[in-house]
Amino acid sequence: MTAPAGKIYRVDWVPGTDLLHGTCHCGAEHTAEDPVAMWEWMLGHPEGHQGVE
Amino acid sequence: MPHMTAFARNQWYVAAYSHEVGRELLGRTVLGEPLVLYRSQEDGTPVALNGRCVHRRYPLSEPPTRLDGDRIVCGYHGFTYDTTGACVYVPGQKRVPRTARIASYPVVEQDSLVWVWIGDPALANPSGIPRARHLDSPGWVTVRGMEPIDCDYGLLVDNLLDLSHETYLHGGYIGTPEVAETPITTEVDEGAGIVRVSRHMDDAECPPFYARSTGIEGRITRWQDIEYFAPCLYLLHSRVAPVGVVPEPDGSDPGGFHTEVTYAITPSADGRVYDFWAVSRDWATDEAEVSEFLRSNNHTVVMQDVDALNLLQRTLGTERHGYQELSINIDTGGLAARRILARLAEEGDKPVERAR
Repeated sequence: MTAPAGKIYRVDWVPGTDLLHGTCHCGAEHTAEDPVAMWEWMLGHPEGHQGVE
Repeated sequence: MPHMTAFARNQWYVAAYSHEVGRELLGRTVLGEPLVLYRSQEDGTPVALNGRCVHRRYPLSEPPTRLDGDRIVCGYHGFTYDTTGACVYVPGQKRVPRTARIASYPVVEQDSLVWVWIGDPALANPSGIPRARHLDSPGWVTVRGMEPIDCDYGLLVDNLLDLSHETYLHGGYIGTPEVAETPITTEVDEGAGIVRVSRHMDDAECPPFYARSTGIEGRITRWQDIEYFAPCLYLLHSRVAPVGVVPEPDGSDPGGFHTEVTYAITPSADGRVYDFWAVSRDWATDEAEVSEFLRSNNHTVVMQDVDALNLLQRTLGTERHGYQELSINIDTGGLAARRILARLAEEGDKPVERAR
């Protein structure tokens, strides 16, 4: 489902590593090794984003 | 057949620069629709009509088609249309068939760009057009151009969302080793269709593009902040300054050189895209030599992209069994843009319920 405008997904490439650190608009965080996996997790919201709201 | 990024209808697209639309007929194809553009004599506004005569499909942007006041007279048999696309004259008879009409497109002229709405005219809302004020603001000087590329427009979106290619494709112009080496931050406003990619280099080589134009000697702090307003407008907010020079606590930035690099990515037809490019600056604004240097240098850079994307498209076309790609960290923003474009295309294809 598409998030309403103003809800921001953020992905930081962690300096000094090859890792991506993602923060969903709901506050859930996730680390992944490639952007395909990261977006899969991120845009799966709310699945797998439990515990933060 | 290589993958083609679907077109997103019910969106605004840049069809031309303001200066291109005048009393000469201008032909452009946007999302596969042939357009003819001209400027009304009566009120000075741009007009965009379908570019094919309803009679025998003669291209209305081609001579001897001409303007008669604000009416366009087909150069083949004289069918004549007003600014709404209604046919007001056919040769030899008094009765104009009711179906003699060509589509007219909603047009907005803003920030020196001529935007057209491709889709259902009833849904066109000018407030949805993203701004690029620096293109037409006092205190800013812009050099610009447009190059058609024979590639899927998705390839140009990929190219612009991942600037690490500057290091390799544009080395010696705008690329230095640090661009590809520096991690990026990606923010996506999925609902608004905006992708932001930032790359802040604290201590980088100064590429000739900036060294020769700003006069900075030695290494620089270089910030690249991209904002992509899908599907058409791309802004690169570029800041360069001598190493260690950062904005003041109050937000002012007397030691930084700010350059706005604008692209309008307008899908023309399957496998063809218009690459509108502009470089705007608020420094050295009265120096014509700097303007000419930036125009010529950026044109070279754009042509490097044009050549590479033409080649890439031809190469993809030779793949017999489809192909797989591999995405890595540098592609985080590009992948987000692809997803947004796919959603916009899907939404643009849906029938829309209208309030009655």
